Amino acid sequence: MRRCVRACLLMAAIVLAAPAHAARVQIQFWHAMSGELGVEVQHLVEGFNASQDRYQVIAVNRGNYDQTMLAAIAAFRAGTPPDIVQVFDVGTATMMSARGATLPVYALMQQQKLPFATNLFIPAAASYYADAQGRLLSLPFNASTPVLYYNKAMLARAGVAPPTSWAQMGAAGTRLLAAGAKCGFSTGWPEWIQFEQFAAWNGLPYASGDNGYKTFQGVHLLLQAPAFEKHLGDLAAWSRSGVFRYGGPESNALPLFINQTCAMYMDSSSSLAAIAGGARFPWGIAPMPHAASVPGAPQNSITGGASLWVMSRVPADHLPGTAAFLHYLMSAPVQAQWARATGYVPVTRGGYDALQASGYYRQNPGALVAVQELSNKPPLPWTRGLRLGYLPQLRQIQRNALEAVLAGKQTPQAALKQVVQQGDALLQRFGETAGGER
Amino acid sequence: MGGSRAAGELLPGTWFRGRWLPWLLLAPQLVVIGVFFLWPTLRALRDAFYQGDAFGLSEEFVGLRHFAHTLGSAEYGHALLLTLAYAVLTSALSLAGGFALAVAVEGLRSGRTLFRTLFLWPYALAPAISAALWVFLFRPQVGLGAGLLEHAGVHWNPALQAGQAQALVLATTVWQLLAYNFLFYGAALQSLPPSLLEAAALDGARGWRRVRDVIWPLLAPTTLFLVVTDLIFVLFDTFGLIDVLTQGGPDNATETLVYKLYEDAFRNFDQGAAAVQSLLLMLLVTVLGVLQLRLQRRRVPS
Repeated sequence: MRRCVRACLLMAAIVLAAPAHAARVQIQFWHAMSGELGVEVQHLVEGFNASQDRYQVIAVNRGNYDQTMLAAIAAFRAGTPPDIVQVFDVGTATMMSARGATLPVYALMQQQKLPFATNLFIPAAASYYADAQGRLLSLPFNASTPVLYYNKAMLARAGVAPPTSWAQMGAAGTRLLAAGAKCGFSTGWPEWIQFEQFAAWNGLPYASGDNGYKTFQGVHLLLQAPAFEKHLGDLAAWSRSGVFRYGGPESNALPLFINQTCAMYMDSSSSLAAIAGGARFPWGIAPMPHAASVPGAPQNSITGGASLWVMSRVPADHLPGTAAFLHYLMSAPVQAQWARATGYVPVTRGGYDALQASGYYRQNPGALVAVQELSNKPPLPWTRGLRLGYLPQLRQIQRNALEAVLAGKQTPQAALKQVVQQGDALLQRFGETAGGER
Repeated sequence: MGGSRAAGELLPGTWFRGRWLPWLLLAPQLVVIGVFFLWPTLRALRDAFYQGDAFGLSEEFVGLRHFAHTLGSAEYGHALLLTLAYAVLTSALSLAGGFALAVAVEGLRSGRTLFRTLFLWPYALAPAISAALWVFLFRPQVGLGAGLLEHAGVHWNPALQAGQAQALVLATTVWQLLAYNFLFYGAALQSLPPSLLEAAALDGARGWRRVRDVIWPLLAPTTLFLVVTDLIFVLFDTFGLIDVLTQGGPDNATETLVYKLYEDAFRNFDQGAAAVQSLLLMLLVTVLGVLQLRLQRRRVPS
């Protein structure tokens, strides 16, 4: 009897307490930021929740980028999508092609009468997520771009400066080896940095139709250009001589830099925290090397990271809150706080100006390198970003090709030919299922 | 089992008569099978014939295109051969190793419990955890194992050398499976009738001779069981291990069937291809299961 009374009281308490919570509209925000980055996301969300009393954003970490996107897709198919989901750069074309699954951010802001314009954002960050008319379909959130980290002590011992061109990179590597280093340089995210960013930074088109920006149909890869073949050949030769050491996908090669095996390391600017935490030696940040033989290089780098998508098929009364939260994230102080805490590039001009005014870039010149690369020159039509379906598979194909060339199993020419053949087949398939002209 | 009773005849002590009760009692299990097995399988069967976008907004019937594409692709053939070689090699090595260790440990006069405990440890680890341990041990320039190999003159870089990556995956899998096989062989050895072993000893069979002619044949049912469970483990449960160790690389050198399925379904959102591959995998495991039942019925006296 007593047990029943207690249980009944508990039930009553839950029932009565529920409306008190429901007074605020709850906005589900699914993201892929774990560890320190997840803590920072939570700070942003708490800041928003404390700033008003009508909406409550609930941030949920859904694993890594792949898993988060998958979770959102599965939830959408089940009819219970989150309000906002963070989707990484390579998922952009998939999200864009799924018309009806998302609500374009520019349309949401217009509908909710909140000030919003593409030119509030840093051009390189905006162009990756804008449609053909320059309207933002998703909100740029965490933006990064590759930079060259270098070990100041090892470079000084060899008497070399951070290389600005790939030719200098080869020469610097040779001198580093002569000075006793085990390896000149390594790279994280090989397919992203040595193919996608290599193309943009040297002003080379990656795929036809302005990298898929114009249309999803009839797009084919342009990776058989001489500059790509030469770069692949250089990497293979350097891999044999020890100037370059391949360390695997993602940031698996990072320990090679941390334990001073390799004197230089290319990785995302957002690896700054990991390197600052691990390196027990003086280090610096320089721009990526460019291919000196390509006229006009360096051009601009493209943004990596992720953007926030607003899902459709959510209750209409959630939309004002979703819009208010996105608007909050765009504000200059929030952008500055986020960039300072994470090493990501601020995505709005206001955020950049706030960091500049506070003297942040004077104290942390390394953090400025990524911003300078992104805005080195106004983007060309084919250096705004990539808008290609099956991009994860395309990356996989390129990594396989790179690994085959480095292992001496294929010539650069044959490997690139295979990349284009396999990639074009995928792009054709994507063109068949994706929506028409945009 | 007394299967000879007429239907409806009550067993002694049975309270209920009627046809609904068995179904009611079966219901929870049927629901579980229906929701978690039948429904997804039918769904995969259907998806294998459709091409659609990730969000399920549009799709079209494409007939056997996914089947033709999958079966005709060089990558799938490569993954199939790789998986077979991997499964056969790891099963053989870990069976032989587990058997040898079990015979050695059970033959000890003292310290058996200690060795049993030690050899069982790897089995207690989830594949992903043991893979993480091996990653630390064999990360170039950092790991202890990698250091030893470098010292021995091996240019160790599994991120690039296909053979080294395959060896790493193989070693980790065998290490993990060994404990399981050791456990079952150990238990089987303990349950062997002592009279047979004594008779063999009286006949003068000792050492290797006794192991080969008496113990090994007596353990055939255990071996058969282990072959099938090992194969199933290697086919399906090594996903986490490969994901942590090599992610299928370099250049697809460690991309097994189940890892390729994961890549296509969850990284590439290629539902049709993934559905076809899961059906093919299901077919494979069904064949294995049927084979096991057949062989067991023939070999093992009931």
